[in-house]
Amino acid sequence: MTVASDFSDDVEPFRLSMLIYDKRYRSYTLQIITIALFMLAVGWLVSNVVQNFRDLGKEFSFAFLWEPASYDINQRLIEYTSRSPHWKAAVVGILNTLVIAFLGCIAATILGVAIGVMRLSKNWLVSRLMTVYIEGFRNVPVLLWILLASTAFSAMLPAPRQAPLLLGGAFVPTNRGFYVPAPIWESGSGVLGIIFVASIIGAWLFGRWAKARQAATGEILPVLWIRLAIIILPVVIFYFLLGRPVGLSMPELKGFNFQGGGFVRNSFMALWIALSLYTAAFIAENVRSGIQAISKGQTEAAYSLGLPPKRTMNLVILPQALRIIIPPLISQYLNLTKNSSLAIAVGYMDITGTLGGITLNQTGREMESLLLVMGFYLIVSLLISGVMNVYNNSVAIKER
Amino acid sequence: MSDTQSNNSLLYVSTKELPELPAPVNTSGPIAWMRDNLFASPRDTFLTIVFGILVVAALYKLIPWMFTDAVFFADSIRHCREIDTGACFAVVTSRFDQLIFGFYPPELHWRPIVTFLLMFLAFAPLLHDNLPRKLLWFTGVFPLLAYFLLWGGSIWGPLLILVMIALAVVVFSIVSKALNSTLGLLAAIAFGVIWLLFVHDGISSALASAIPVGLEPVESAKFGGFLITFVIGVTGIVGSLPLGIVLALGRKSDNMPVVKMLCVGFIEFIRGVPLITLLFVASTLLNYFLPPGTTFDLILRVIIMVTLFAAAYMAEVIRGGLAALPRGQYEAADALGLNYWQGTRLIVLPQALKISIPGIVNTFIGLFKDTVLVSIVGILDPIGIMQPIRSTSEWNGIIWELPIFIGFVFFIFCYIMSRYSMYFERKLDTGHRS
Amino acid sequence: MKTKLLTLALGAAAFATVSTSASAATLDDVKAKGFLQCGVSTGVPGFAFTDDAGDWQGFDPALCRAMAAAIFGDPKAVKFTPTTGKTRFTALASGEVDVLARNTTETFSRDVDLKFTFGPVNYYDGQGFMVRKSLGVTSAKNLSGATICIQTGTTTELNLADYFRANNMTYEPVPIETNAEAQEKYLANACDVYTTDASGLAATRAAFEKPDEHVLLPEIVSKEPLAPLTRHGDDQWADILKWTLNALINAEELGVTAANADDMLANSKIPAIRRLLGAEGDFGTKLGLSNDWSINAIKAGGNYGEIYDKYIGPKTAIGLERGLNQLWNKGGILYAAPLR
Repeated sequence: MTVASDFSDDVEPFRLSMLIYDKRYRSYTLQIITIALFMLAVGWLVSNVVQNFRDLGKEFSFAFLWEPASYDINQRLIEYTSRSPHWKAAVVGILNTLVIAFLGCIAATILGVAIGVMRLSKNWLVSRLMTVYIEGFRNVPVLLWILLASTAFSAMLPAPRQAPLLLGGAFVPTNRGFYVPAPIWESGSGVLGIIFVASIIGAWLFGRWAKARQAATGEILPVLWIRLAIIILPVVIFYFLLGRPVGLSMPELKGFNFQGGGFVRNSFMALWIALSLYTAAFIAENVRSGIQAISKGQTEAAYSLGLPPKRTMNLVILPQALRIIIPPLISQYLNLTKNSSLAIAVGYMDITGTLGGITLNQTGREMESLLLVMGFYLIVSLLISGVMNVYNNSVAIKER
Repeated sequence: MSDTQSNNSLLYVSTKELPELPAPVNTSGPIAWMRDNLFASPRDTFLTIVFGILVVAALYKLIPWMFTDAVFFADSIRHCREIDTGACFAVVTSRFDQLIFGFYPPELHWRPIVTFLLMFLAFAPLLHDNLPRKLLWFTGVFPLLAYFLLWGGSIWGPLLILVMIALAVVVFSIVSKALNSTLGLLAAIAFGVIWLLFVHDGISSALASAIPVGLEPVESAKFGGFLITFVIGVTGIVGSLPLGIVLALGRKSDNMPVVKMLCVGFIEFIRGVPLITLLFVASTLLNYFLPPGTTFDLILRVIIMVTLFAAAYMAEVIRGGLAALPRGQYEAADALGLNYWQGTRLIVLPQALKISIPGIVNTFIGLFKDTVLVSIVGILDPIGIMQPIRSTSEWNGIIWELPIFIGFVFFIFCYIMSRYSMYFERKLDTGHRS
Repeated sequence: MKTKLLTLALGAAAFATVSTSASAATLDDVKAKGFLQCGVSTGVPGFAFTDDAGDWQGFDPALCRAMAAAIFGDPKAVKFTPTTGKTRFTALASGEVDVLARNTTETFSRDVDLKFTFGPVNYYDGQGFMVRKSLGVTSAKNLSGATICIQTGTTTELNLADYFRANNMTYEPVPIETNAEAQEKYLANACDVYTTDASGLAATRAAFEKPDEHVLLPEIVSKEPLAPLTRHGDDQWADILKWTLNALINAEELGVTAANADDMLANSKIPAIRRLLGAEGDFGTKLGLSNDWSINAIKAGGNYGEIYDKYIGPKTAIGLERGLNQLWNKGGILYAAPLR
């Protein structure tokens, strides 16, 4: 007790110079200076904007979002016409961005994992080819790949009237896009949907049960095949029982283009393929280094415990490798989403193409449009990194 | 000698060493190699055959088109088609200057070339640690020299900047001796800003009119092709390094939450939005943020944005380097009685930066590739200049040749850089890091 | 530490060398910096293109050269900034360029909402459609269901939407950034129709290998008065633009050409010509320029007709007939206010 009071007696009275020399106070000084400088800078920028807007007679307002957009968008997932307001055009763009990002991530993951695993193959030819693929795609700008893909589609595929009818006319590749059959939902298809969802839940429940059973008895069931059967069989059976409620609409050449069926535009295909191939090269490298990072001792330990190679991979190597693979994988997803903004180079109408492109051009509201576009990407990025943090915490090695 | 006695009981004893026989044919040589590496199992055999057929088919199509049937010298696409059926790389050879330099005056092409070569000399001491440290002085002067060589104009502007830096160093040392180094730094920066805002233009224009020494000025609008790629990429990475260091240190300063928050905010914002939106900001919005009437040319605006963009990524790389440094190093700096700036400058940063070099090179590769996005805001970089070339009547109809050439050049540079970064990583990995 | 200071300094140096303009007195700023900064398009055959040396040529740059000649007496005292559909208005509003001479349609919102001042119309245009002859289409009314290439960021995109909506037809828009790309897509048959200003269509068609296989449909679906523009609020500067262009048009009407201008100045007795060339009156000084402004402008590249014929007229590869852009007394609607 006396020691403590000695110390407190030692505390010097506060002097102004301590703001500079005393470590305890210096950080406050610096922070106050920083805040002041930051506020000054922000104030300067904002006052410039206000001044410039006043000089030009512009005003900062989002009212333009409710005016009719007056332009058409080719790929739209929601009801939209040229009379719809600008905000609706923005929503169409957002949905298009999300579609390309989602499908791109899926394709890139499948490709990337396959290539990463093949890169480690003992087969010389296969591993070399995969190396060539990875180095080739990683070292050339993605914009060039997107442009090349778009050129490839428009230059190498035939015009609609000369287009080949593949699979009995179900699939028609043209230089404008791919015509595919589209489902027609007739009465009874709702029931089929419910059955489908129910069988997915059933398959999931079965997986849980099989796991519990394995833990209790050690018996291993062929989970994958049984699950597939649970999902597919009821749907197929009821499809015929209900009198084929889902039909297919086939593309037909009418007038200038094919009508009917589904139409996947080349702008979408080019962007999707280029982004997936490019990102897959990076994912493959992550997968490779993730698998290689697992020390050989782990495999040997598993073998000495008597696990067969396949189970070693599934139960020992992969769970550990995933811990290393997934964080960079998610940041690749983030990159892909951001790179999807290059849609503008091939005329795919994503958020950068609608709100940040045509709306911006036609209304002259650069500030407002770009703020919204950046805000959108920022939210998506933060969501994705949020998911990554949750994952990282959940798989972090618990040190006890 | 007892061995010799038992000689009789043996049927045969070799008296000299037998020559080594080659291994059995099926365990060595190309056949064994193929068996091990190509046909080890039925699955491997299948894969080898499928991929082999694909490769052969692709090469069978590509090689004639790209090489044997290709035309490398012709006046126009029609001329090309008359000569041969393959690719028309004549477009690359005839427009080579534009692809590399854009509209930079042809008689001045030596200036970018000299700058490019000097760049290697300037980067050498940073990338390789066996070179004399004196070269670092050249590295320091290089940005000004490059600016002078590329844009030309009076020599006095860049020279006066050198003078200013020398004076700023003097200010820094005086103030940091008298008060402390943080204030010294602030004073030096303040001095620089005042110099640039009020003194620089007057003196340099006075000197320029008195003693006109300089190179013929070239405006940025004439820059194009790979010249632009290098100017934007290299300026971006060089400029982002100091900014990135500051941001990384700021993000690590746990005792200053406000500074940390600002740095984190900046880094996450920049990393969260696509580069193209930032380029749109550069091309359409940046002017609103500056005092009325201030205008930069577009290339300068783009360089500023690219630098800010790269700085956020650089900060994360350097933060990784700082985090990888053993805690003992920080404590050692404290134990030696060094203050924050001294410790950071002498102990922490040199080591952290060295660890970060592979990451920095990778950031540079990314940035180098990303520079092609400037074509979307109308700058004539290699991709941007493809359109004007393709719309001339001589080359209207060229499709693949230009992107193949551009992709090839990018590949060469990026591949070399990525190899270098891997080599450095291996060199750093001394194997006994804790 | 050293490199850090250096880069900071370099950045700041860049800051210090920026030019300032865009205040109310544009003319003073232009005179101070010694050249005119002119925004043009990134390339439309005949209207704006770079020659082998990288210099800008064409119908639009010629107007800028005439303005430079009017201001400085030197048609070379001009620098060009290529602008895209997205950057053009910002470039002008921010003062990056002093005048925008680029196929820009005069509209209410651009004039009033975006705060610009348009000069006289220098080309009367309208939006048309180009299709392959082999499609057998003879009217735009038959285009329902077609795939149409459009340049985004232009009024054509809005006109197209309006036209198809008004006629209850559907179409598949393929948005494209530049004229060159659109041409490429159209030729590859990735779109059935290419739509833009009729002048642009004619120019593009002329550059095709087989122009005969393509046909322009008779419908012109919009009015596109193309005019140069400046910022709102500087009447003197707007007047210089307006009267330079008017002088060029009047010169054609009065038969003054680049070749005979000096001779006319010395010998002509006709009052209108004497006023135009500065022999009478002091129109130049009233504009804030010297009195030989108009003759310099005319000598820079010739009168309106000469410029037209040189870059886009019937004798060029572009081959555009004068049509609406003929003088009012020769069947067109070009009607410049007199210098008086």
